[in-house]
Amino acid sequence: MSDLRAAVGAGVFGADEAFRALLQATVETARSIFKAKASSVFLLDEGTDELVFEAVAGEGADTLIGKRLPSDTGVAGWVLVTRQPLVVEDLTKDTRFARDAAESTGYVPRGLMAVPLLEEDRALGVLEVLDRPEDSAFTLAEMDLLGLFANQAAIALSLLQRARRAKAALDGEGELAAVAQFAARLEEADEDKREAGLALLRALGTLLD
Amino acid sequence: MTVLAHESDEELPAWSLPASAEDALRVHSPWPPEVSREWAWGGATGAGVRVCILDSGVELGHPLVGEVQRSVAVTKSEDGIVIADDDAGDLCGHGTACAGIVRMLAPACELTSVRVLGAGYTGSAAVLMAGLEWAIEQRFDIINMSLSTTKKQYVDRLHELADAAYFKRTMLVASAHNMPVDSFPWRFASVISVGSHESPDPYLVYANPSPPVEFFARGLMVEVAWLGGETITATGNSFATPHVAGLAALILSKHPHLTPFQLKSALHLAAGNVEA
Repeated sequence: MSDLRAAVGAGVFGADEAFRALLQATVETARSIFKAKASSVFLLDEGTDELVFEAVAGEGADTLIGKRLPSDTGVAGWVLVTRQPLVVEDLTKDTRFARDAAESTGYVPRGLMAVPLLEEDRALGVLEVLDRPEDSAFTLAEMDLLGLFANQAAIALSLLQRARRAKAALDGEGELAAVAQFAARLEEADEDKREAGLALLRALGTLLD
Repeated sequence: MTVLAHESDEELPAWSLPASAEDALRVHSPWPPEVSREWAWGGATGAGVRVCILDSGVELGHPLVGEVQRSVAVTKSEDGIVIADDDAGDLCGHGTACAGIVRMLAPACELTSVRVLGAGYTGSAAVLMAGLEWAIEQRFDIINMSLSTTKKQYVDRLHELADAAYFKRTMLVASAHNMPVDSFPWRFASVISVGSHESPDPYLVYANPSPPVEFFARGLMVEVAWLGGETITATGNSFATPHVAGLAALILSKHPHLTPFQLKSALHLAAGNVEA
């Protein structure tokens, strides 16, 4: 692999991991601050129109990553589509919700806080905090705090998406991949060929100016 | 007896006013010296006022919602957007919650559900626009929109629709965001935008002297109707919004001639923080 490809690749490949860690830290912190049983981030997959569990803290952390739900049903779907945050308690009374939650995640929360993850005009996903303590009264200040966490999670999710797109571009057959492959061959060529290639590139640069 | 402008079917001069037509333009507007909550909605039931819930659908037969005059769903098919009568109920619970809040405040109002959830995320904005357009064509008195879009390509059309509704005497009541997010239509001046306060009083609204959020209503730990005939406890501006829609229904049932401009003024003057 060429130095260029390695440099770009290290940034991109490492980025995926780093941004996942940032997302994970966000849900861990959200769970801790709200003294909740679990917290999770869903990423919207626009290709399949589904919400995908991208980071989970607490209940379901081992099993839920990668699980998919329809993008517009249930509380998370409503929050994504309407861009409105929502806090609901006593959800176990909702038998349809309880059945769907049990089937899809194996965990039926009593209470749920959900907030859309927004970047400019795009909705990227949803942040959920499940089962905060029953005995503490909810306040609008907590709602604002949830919004602040959502901002942070939205940035992490956006960076993760960009890193994945860059990785796909580098691995694929697109323009960026072609440039990276050319750079790799230039690195490997002997001095004369490399000099000729660079002269050609400089000429191309002049042509494009 | 003189027929007043807003009671007549006669075409009125709309673009300029010749002196000969001045008399035809007389409008009866019986504002009291001081608008109180009692003047605004005391004794009112919402009777005669048509309220539209643009949301996830409404569960039929829910005891806290009562009769729903009509339920339609806006869906997306290969042939485009389809608006048809619907018996699927509520896909989430939220629309039922909103309908229950409006019913609690304005027990005799007429409720219609327009379901705009169910077209996936990708179809959601187009379905929302079509649902709103349909609701404005039906000339509802009030449209409750506990939802918004951030998609920029829809903003101009949404703005046109909100202004058209305003001049056709349809009051859009829309949830504000609790963060400084550029979502719409709540940011438009032709709608009533609603955020939450922490008081449990369902009749208490605060007028915000610092818009774009214009009013605050009950939105914290509200007991709301939910799926399966149940009630749950819920928090969010999306529950404050139907409180204002319900109060607006009360005001209009008592003062049916009010335009959206006057309705917003009445709500402002009846707000808990506004002093004469």
